Amino acid sequence: MKRIFKALLVAVWFMVLCSPIMGLHVNPDNSISFLWERLVALGIGIFFASLVWDWYFSRVQTSAVHMHMPKGVTATLGLFKQKKTRGACLTVLLLFLVAIPFLPVLGSIYQISILISALIYVMLALGLNIVVGLAGQLVLGYAAFYAIGAYTYALLTTYFGFGFWICLPIGGIMTILFGLALGFPVLRLRGDYLAIVTLGFGEIVRLILLNWVGVTGGSHGISNIPKPGLFGMELSLQSNTIYLYYLCLAAVIVTIITISRLKNSRVGLALQALREDEIASEAMGINLTRVKLMAFALSSAWAGFAGVFFAAKTSFVNPASFTFMESAMMLSMVVLGGMGSITGVTLGALILILVPEYLRAFADYRMLLFGATMVLMMIFRPQGLITGERRKYHITALEGREEQA
Amino acid sequence: MDFQYFIELFFGGLTRGSIYALIALGYTLVYGIIGLINFAHGEIYMVGAFTALLVAGLLGYIGFPEGGILIVAALAAIVWTSAYGYTMEKIAYKPLRNAPRLSPLISAIGMSTFLQNYVLLAQTPDFVPFPMLLPEIDGILALFGDVLGPSDFFILVVSFTTMVVLMLWIRYTRMGKAMRATAQNRTMAMLLGIDANHIISVTFIVGSALAALGGVLIASHMGQINFGIGFLAGMKAFTAAVLGGIGSVPGAVVGGLVLGLAESFTTGYVSGNYEDVLSFCLLILILIFRPDGILGKRQVQKV
Repeated sequence: MKRIFKALLVAVWFMVLCSPIMGLHVNPDNSISFLWERLVALGIGIFFASLVWDWYFSRVQTSAVHMHMPKGVTATLGLFKQKKTRGACLTVLLLFLVAIPFLPVLGSIYQISILISALIYVMLALGLNIVVGLAGQLVLGYAAFYAIGAYTYALLTTYFGFGFWICLPIGGIMTILFGLALGFPVLRLRGDYLAIVTLGFGEIVRLILLNWVGVTGGSHGISNIPKPGLFGMELSLQSNTIYLYYLCLAAVIVTIITISRLKNSRVGLALQALREDEIASEAMGINLTRVKLMAFALSSAWAGFAGVFFAAKTSFVNPASFTFMESAMMLSMVVLGGMGSITGVTLGALILILVPEYLRAFADYRMLLFGATMVLMMIFRPQGLITGERRKYHITALEGREEQA
Repeated sequence: MDFQYFIELFFGGLTRGSIYALIALGYTLVYGIIGLINFAHGEIYMVGAFTALLVAGLLGYIGFPEGGILIVAALAAIVWTSAYGYTMEKIAYKPLRNAPRLSPLISAIGMSTFLQNYVLLAQTPDFVPFPMLLPEIDGILALFGDVLGPSDFFILVVSFTTMVVLMLWIRYTRMGKAMRATAQNRTMAMLLGIDANHIISVTFIVGSALAALGGVLIASHMGQINFGIGFLAGMKAFTAAVLGGIGSVPGAVVGGLVLGLAESFTTGYVSGNYEDVLSFCLLILILIFRPDGILGKRQVQKV
């Protein structure tokens, strides 16, 4: 009873809180419309949300409960993790992805181009995951590297007529250079300051793209960027989209393989050590400068590749595609999926791109839900949908001794 | 003529800087107490401006006397925005008090995105004209000639009064002392019987109230607002806070004024296109070369 009363109080509080912004609207002719129904709906929603919230925190206080994944999901993931079934699962998944362009419903140009952008975001999220998830350095200007990659392709193809396959490595190299240029001075900065500096960097890049009208075309951007051709052949729109889809798919697979190899390499382990404790890892002989710069360079290279794919896909770039919102969205993919987990981040990117695409009703609320998701994930499940597994070492001799004692 | 231009730029910068200072105070207070960069602070400022706009619209619609609209709308904005700040802290930051450092920061970014889109969806994605509410003060204007518009003068007076009151409040009242004690050492303050949760709430309320005041002032100065104004203003105010030394109250004021003047002179003498780039570059350079700002204390990292 007490709880219901409290929830009622909270609902009333929110209704009062939101009354001007949700309940009032000034029309162009200076008359006012009152939107009571919105406030009532909000109050009811908040009432139930507050009950859940209260219930959760009371559970936490009495015993340490954690949110668990539904059983079906855990079972599927377990199947995925076992070595025997893993190969089979992956093969089926891969075959499905390869077959998509030939399937009747999913094979239309529209559907494929949605899938291409989902794949591009998977690349971006995985790239950001190197620096955020593995190294624990919060980067908020990731869209800047994405923009640099996209503009590199756009400028080189329109001004000099370079082909896609030349631009792809150049885009990567350009972003690595920028990544190092940003990474070098910010090495000393702590978490939150680093976040702000990278955010500032992202804005600077966007503002330069916006104001350097002579080269970048300002807010009009660059249009009519040539699409990649297959061995010099001009392709029709249909086959070009399919071609690009396969390119992106291949790029994502390469990304996943590279990053999972990286994760267990010397550098990857050093990055994870850095995430856990900077000072301790330095004391263990890890060269912080080198490792951090490597993380920056690798991560920005992936954004560059993704940018090249993006420019090739849309054949139009302008600064509006690379705002802070974009960076925030990439970050929320990493956070939602689970920092450091490759499966998780891939899943996070797919969910955040495909769900708003297919549930049109949610499309307007996309960014609102992203924001809410970020807050709620931090409170209820900070490790993300799929926990990035940590390497554990079992020292059998030691364990035996503990049991005896 | 040249001197006149200089003076104009100087006062323009001062006006702008005093608004930055008002918002920067919110950042610096919160950072001082819980060590969190409150990313959503810029959005709080934007919510303040919108609340004032809507309340002013409502008052105008029901035929409230002209002169009172500004005061009532500003008060309403301050009250509601403080409530937003309070609620935000309870939802997004309080459960994360003992979480790793990055968690509240990510939560704050989420909150900022949420608030922006909340206003976008509940109101409009377009720019809305903000009613001209500031009074025309003819008598004083004559004194300054053309260099200082009426709204500039009003902004300067209001913001400087507020800052002085705030500083006195922090220095001499019980609450202000408790706040400083919590900022120095939260555990010790709690041992001495200070309710830290209460202090943190008060900090958010005060910070939000200042942001709301800044929002009302600048919105009536600029004449139009939209849901995105909080981002840039927030970034600039944060630059100001860092410039002065984050965590230091006089630092935020100094930082705000320096930033405002720097921007004004760059726009006036160099070019207006890159004024935002200037403040971001300034932010990066300060963070890299002197992260403790002008008035901040040097901090040594301890193991």
